[in-house]
Amino acid sequence: MNIIEVRNVTKEYSSHTALDNVSLSIPKGCIFGLLGPNGAGKTSLIRIINQITGPDSGEVLFDGVPLNPNHISRIGYLPEERGLYKKMKVGEQLLYLAQLKGLSQKEAMEKLKTWFIKFDIKTWWDKTIGDLSKGMQQKVQFVSTVLHEPDLIILDEPFSGFDPINANLIRDEILELKQKGSTIIFSTHRMETVEELCDHIALIHKSRKVLDGPKKEIKEQFKTHTYFVEYKGHLDELDPIYQILDRRVTEDGYFRSDIHLGGETNANALLLNLLSKVEIRAFGENIPSMSDIFMKAVNEVPEA
Amino acid sequence: MRNIFLVIRREYLVRVKKKSFLVMTVLGPLLFVAFYGTVFWAAASSVDTKTVQVLDESGLFRNKFKDSETLKFVFTDKSIDSAKAAFPSSEANALVYIPANVIKAPKSVRIYAAKNVSLDLKSDIEKVIEKEIEDIKLAEAGITHKILEDSRVNINSETISLSEEGEKTSSSGAATVIGGICAFLIYMSVFIYGTQVMRGITEEKTSRIVEVIISSVKPFHLMLGKIIGVALVGLTQFVLWILLTTALTSATSAIIGSQLSKESVQVAKEMNKAQVPGQGMPGGNVDNPVTEVLGAVASLNIPLIIGCFLFYYLGGYLLYSALFGAVGAAVDNDADTQQFMLPITLPIIFSFVFAQFVLRDPDGTLAFWTSIIPFTSPIIMMVRIPFGVPAWEIALSMVLLILGFMGTTWIAARIYRVGILMYGKKVSYKELVKWIFYK
Repeated sequence: MNIIEVRNVTKEYSSHTALDNVSLSIPKGCIFGLLGPNGAGKTSLIRIINQITGPDSGEVLFDGVPLNPNHISRIGYLPEERGLYKKMKVGEQLLYLAQLKGLSQKEAMEKLKTWFIKFDIKTWWDKTIGDLSKGMQQKVQFVSTVLHEPDLIILDEPFSGFDPINANLIRDEILELKQKGSTIIFSTHRMETVEELCDHIALIHKSRKVLDGPKKEIKEQFKTHTYFVEYKGHLDELDPIYQILDRRVTEDGYFRSDIHLGGETNANALLLNLLSKVEIRAFGENIPSMSDIFMKAVNEVPEA
Repeated sequence: MRNIFLVIRREYLVRVKKKSFLVMTVLGPLLFVAFYGTVFWAAASSVDTKTVQVLDESGLFRNKFKDSETLKFVFTDKSIDSAKAAFPSSEANALVYIPANVIKAPKSVRIYAAKNVSLDLKSDIEKVIEKEIEDIKLAEAGITHKILEDSRVNINSETISLSEEGEKTSSSGAATVIGGICAFLIYMSVFIYGTQVMRGITEEKTSRIVEVIISSVKPFHLMLGKIIGVALVGLTQFVLWILLTTALTSATSAIIGSQLSKESVQVAKEMNKAQVPGQGMPGGNVDNPVTEVLGAVASLNIPLIIGCFLFYYLGGYLLYSALFGAVGAAVDNDADTQQFMLPITLPIIFSFVFAQFVLRDPDGTLAFWTSIIPFTSPIIMMVRIPFGVPAWEIALSMVLLILGFMGTTWIAARIYRVGILMYGKKVSYKELVKWIFYK
């Protein structure tokens, strides 16, 4: 079951096309990475899901139903450009934002209490937002995003502005939310976050979707069938089904080569072949990192 | 609907809880009372006697200068040179020198003083001399003072408005004052509260909270909530001002009591005297001006004026605050608002300036059209209403004002919707027009 289905969505602005016939599905209960270079159209898509703007054509289904105002309270949104009322007090502000999302004052109060205890920020209630540090403001904003326990949480660069300790705290919260059944959309440039947290990804480039699917499958798809080996000795020639791609010297005086495997062989055979020639220190398959995939996918797209 | 209400409540509470609101609410009436207090005090304290030395070579003016509360005249027979020499050591504030040939050459009169002579003193002295010379010349022509006195009539006409209900005494003076005050209040509040709406929107935009808010609230609702919230703040302030001013003035007059009223009557009398020179002896049948004004005010249609004031106050505010809001949404910070402010402030200032002319001619063509057109009608119509305006004109003006603010709100909403998410771009008028028609 998909919580979000984007179907053939196109969005044009006066000077450019932000989204060009984009379709993608976001399965329920996953952490979905929405990737793409700056200006690719991610924010436009997020704004459409949030009903801040509407698509020019195409439609978006939420839980199988076309988007409607009732869905607003089921979404939590943390925009990339963070912002709170600078002169308002933390408590008042969070109550206000929670009530806008449909909670009653009493419900909001109860939920806020647990979050204030969890984040150990009880003393902040009467502080003015402007008096808090940037990291502290981020925490407050994160609370406001998830307070109403939305089914879908959209986080645009959630870790920017956090120190590693707080970033970890937020990461744990995100994982906990996922466990409780929320679906999370990450829009980010940080590939290590994607690597670590996302189950599904979609890559948008130049207003088009160029890639999407479960992370595992995509990695499989981008495998180069190459293995690396670190060794001492001379490795000049191998069986022709193995293609030595390069040879570098590592910092501690070993050589490192990438070897491409042809169709009919496997890692064991290559290893046997190598054993007789060089002294091996390390051996393994080159698994493409998200960063590699990102670069590759983006560069493969022809200039529009 | 719930969300609009939440927005209104926030906008209202945030502003009402501000220290500046409290300060303005308390300070407003205090300033008002202090202003009137100062006026009375100044009027009362200016009654200190000044001594004027008179050197009259013509001999015509001896005993003609009458001592008043403010002026004491002392005659001297010294020569002009010795009088001038002795002047600094004397206690006199001024020395008036009237040469022998004053009748032929009235301009040869000189006033000497250590410092500059006040205009009041100068005109007082000039008046006495002028009148005396006039009398002498008239006497030479065979006209006595008595004939002249009889020929002078003092007209203080009453204006009677004729309506179906019959004759009703009205006072164009009271109408002018009330119309002027209403116009001024509307003018001020459109500016003050319109700017607050604009600031509020720019603040949301620069602090970037707007994206969070509009993921829960429709932009139009957010804008409307802000406009209504600020309007309520304005109304609250007005009500508090009226209550506080009433309380303060009654308290003040209770404390200063009869003294103040005695002085004010005196001041009023003196003003009357000053305005009607040569009226001879006062104490005739001068009506108490205060009761006169009160009577005139009572003759006006107060419920109509209050009703219309509220309508035009709200209508004018809604019309303009929507436009102010659009400006706030179109720019990134307060500094950039200037370029768009001019076309909005121009009609407001224009109508306020126009109001002065309309006060003089409340039924002219100019007054008619400017009180019908929505952009000027809130101020101009309020000026006209105390003078009496045909019902159909009021109705037409009101309908047009309602259409007008619906129009500006529509335009503003369209600019707002695009503008609040647009950053880092200097917006031109062309761009704004594009936004309005943008699907």
